[in-house]
Amino acid sequence: MSTDTVRRLRLPQLDATNGVWPALAVALIVGGTLVALDGGSLFTESSMISLLQRAAGLGIVAVGQTIAILAGSLDLSVAYVISLTSLVAAETMAGSDGMVLPAILAVLAVSAAIGLLNGLLITKLRINAFIATLGVGLLIKGYLEQGYAGPAGSVPTSFQHLGYDRLGPVPLSFLLFAAVAAAIWFTLRSTRYGHHLIATGGDLDVARLSGVRTDRVLIRTHVICSLCAGIAGLYLASRLGAGAPRVGAEGGYDLESIAAVVLGGTVLAGGRGGVTGTVGGVLLLAVIDGVFNQLEVDSFFKQMVRGVVIVAAVAVYALRLRRTSDRRKAAVA
Amino acid sequence: MQPDSEQPLLRMRGVGKAFFGVRVLDDVDLDLHSGQVHALVGENGAGKSTLMKIASGVYQPDSGSLELSGRPVALPDPRAAQTAGIGIIHQEFNLLPERTVAENVFLGREPMRRGLVDRRAMQSRTAELLAGIGEATIAPQTRVGRLSVAQQQVVEIVKALALDARVLIMDEPTASLADHEVELLYALVRRLQQRGIGILYVSHRLAEVFDLSGRITVLKDGRRVTTLDTAEATADTLVRHMVGRELSHYFPERAAPGSAGASRLQLSAAGNGRLRPVDLELRSGEVLGVGGLQGSGRSALARAVFGIDGFRTGQLLLDGVPVRVRSPRQAVRAGIAYVTEDRKGEGLALSQSVLDNALLAQRSVRPRWFGRTNRTTTVRELLDAVEVHAAGTEQEIRYLSGGNQQKVILARWLAMKPRVLLFDEPTRGIDVGAKAAIHDLIRQLAADGAAVLMISSELPELIGMSDRIVVMRDGAIAGELPAGSSEEAVMGLATGATTSTEVPA
Repeated sequence: MSTDTVRRLRLPQLDATNGVWPALAVALIVGGTLVALDGGSLFTESSMISLLQRAAGLGIVAVGQTIAILAGSLDLSVAYVISLTSLVAAETMAGSDGMVLPAILAVLAVSAAIGLLNGLLITKLRINAFIATLGVGLLIKGYLEQGYAGPAGSVPTSFQHLGYDRLGPVPLSFLLFAAVAAAIWFTLRSTRYGHHLIATGGDLDVARLSGVRTDRVLIRTHVICSLCAGIAGLYLASRLGAGAPRVGAEGGYDLESIAAVVLGGTVLAGGRGGVTGTVGGVLLLAVIDGVFNQLEVDSFFKQMVRGVVIVAAVAVYALRLRRTSDRRKAAVA
Repeated sequence: MQPDSEQPLLRMRGVGKAFFGVRVLDDVDLDLHSGQVHALVGENGAGKSTLMKIASGVYQPDSGSLELSGRPVALPDPRAAQTAGIGIIHQEFNLLPERTVAENVFLGREPMRRGLVDRRAMQSRTAELLAGIGEATIAPQTRVGRLSVAQQQVVEIVKALALDARVLIMDEPTASLADHEVELLYALVRRLQQRGIGILYVSHRLAEVFDLSGRITVLKDGRRVTTLDTAEATADTLVRHMVGRELSHYFPERAAPGSAGASRLQLSAAGNGRLRPVDLELRSGEVLGVGGLQGSGRSALARAVFGIDGFRTGQLLLDGVPVRVRSPRQAVRAGIAYVTEDRKGEGLALSQSVLDNALLAQRSVRPRWFGRTNRTTTVRELLDAVEVHAAGTEQEIRYLSGGNQQKVILARWLAMKPRVLLFDEPTRGIDVGAKAAIHDLIRQLAADGAAVLMISSELPELIGMSDRIVVMRDGAIAGELPAGSSEEAVMGLATGATTSTEVPA
């Protein structure tokens, strides 16, 4: 028994989580070659910058989505939270430098409140997360469609630095994404809440019987997830210079963020995965986007390729999971 | 074994519990001392698991009291039991396979340092606990999912010890272990014993009970029959205490001896991951009873014949013709029917109507155009014939009593005109009146030429219904008994107290 275990432990731990990095490398090589054949280059500074910028917005949302999914939940309201918070930001600022800080605080308060509502619906009323967050999302959507026909509010130039400035070659927005991702990564690794979150997603009953207050964990998780969407809303407001009532839904941030999380190897059922994988998933989607933009491929075809990539990735993960569990069963028998 | 003067760690007095008016525990006393392994034995349904759940805070007793080291305690929930120092190791582990050993052991009580989880302390303390019970080969930072079942069990034990458990309840701890792992568990139990932990060891494997325990309490039908020192007990006396009761109802008359017809189902050296090669013959007109304890391979046998977890080796003959049954669909088409043990989970579509449930098998395997109006009328007739009491065939089946639900399932299979019927606990959770009706139907089916295999944990039913009884143990047939054998004979074979009395031909 013991020798067998020792041998198994020495094998490289090929987890689903790090499968996304080889995929990213393949995408960069294949995409880079295709673009080069087309006469362009994927690796110029400007195309890399736009790639990172594209990754930033989705990335911040996807990091929040990661913890929702890790906890065994899901958040479909993020796209509408992004639209709403972009408007809250732009209208509160109304072009004045002095209102930047109050606007940021307002955005955080609004998104936290929505996250709290999501969490309460899921834990206290025991509504399935899919339905609860979809309902809250539609609620926000209705409010936006009724109140806004187009962009509203305006953002002062000082705040637009967030969307356009760079630190060396790296866009500020990407650093913001990296900071959010690092914060969540650290939270999962080193706080009690983080440990309890993964336990809750892994097995609600086990967590509860071990004394974890699973309701609190889920509520807190939804608040953080919504806060991430709010931060993404701030970033988009600074990019667009105004609040946009459809920016979230048109960007497909809800499903796209889930896709990034899943590409990153986090299991949809929860309890397994992490933020680093999601960062890889976001970069992978951004690279695919960037390649197709440079090749000026039809956007429908682009969607199809993304669909194939996502399904293929999940199929590979599922296969790998089954193989390890088969091996485990064989070891038991 | 322990002097009477010593204060027991856990003392249960007059514990009683009823579910929906059915008494499952009645006035049970139990004393567990420090450093003692106290075995709790009894056949399925004797009340072992209910008693265990009361001791671990899952159920609340209706009457009686619990004391820990002389002080009365109330255990309103499992958490309260844990903090009071009672740990329980379930057959199914409460572990997170994706997390490390240390993370599992300290889940909910992670050690903190400057507001953050002190991973290093968590690992070193886990390592200490593991070393303390002589299991230093398990690394605290290993993911639990990568451990063997035996090692996961150790992690469960360590998790309980981390909570300073003084009482450890182990529910069939060897059920999921391989043979060589059982020895390791024995050693571990003895080390725990030396540390002064009191162990309530729930098992119906008598060999283990004699190897490990110092004292034994026997339960039967929810009552404590006796408590005795293991040194004074023999396998025979234990088995006699575990069984033996009045026959509470009459069973339909058996088939006349020698009246069994041609071979319907024949297994030769048929085995799979859970079954050692099995030889078995099932004849037209007979009811073959299959006895044995939970996990002995009874259900695995039925599931294999029905193609759920099919045979990997050997041969299956239906009416003398070799058949490969790789899925339930193939089994149904070959004329095999299976009435599962888990009626609600596997037998019924609870939110569908009586009629839909009765038509399920036909609709599944026969094409749509196949006698569509015809089959509805046939099924309605069958539902009448088995005397289903329902508000109508459109009623949702969840609202029927267990007995009526079972009759609907029978009607479903009768419509398929099966050659071989497999029953797994056909009357579990069914009241006495409906029980007799089901027994009559089973006997009638056999008389009409079908071959019936009936698994039952209820010894009176097994003995009262069967023309022959095979008893299973550890995934193999332990022996065969003739009609009307004693409960002692069945339990003897099932627990391994006696070995094969009659070698099957």
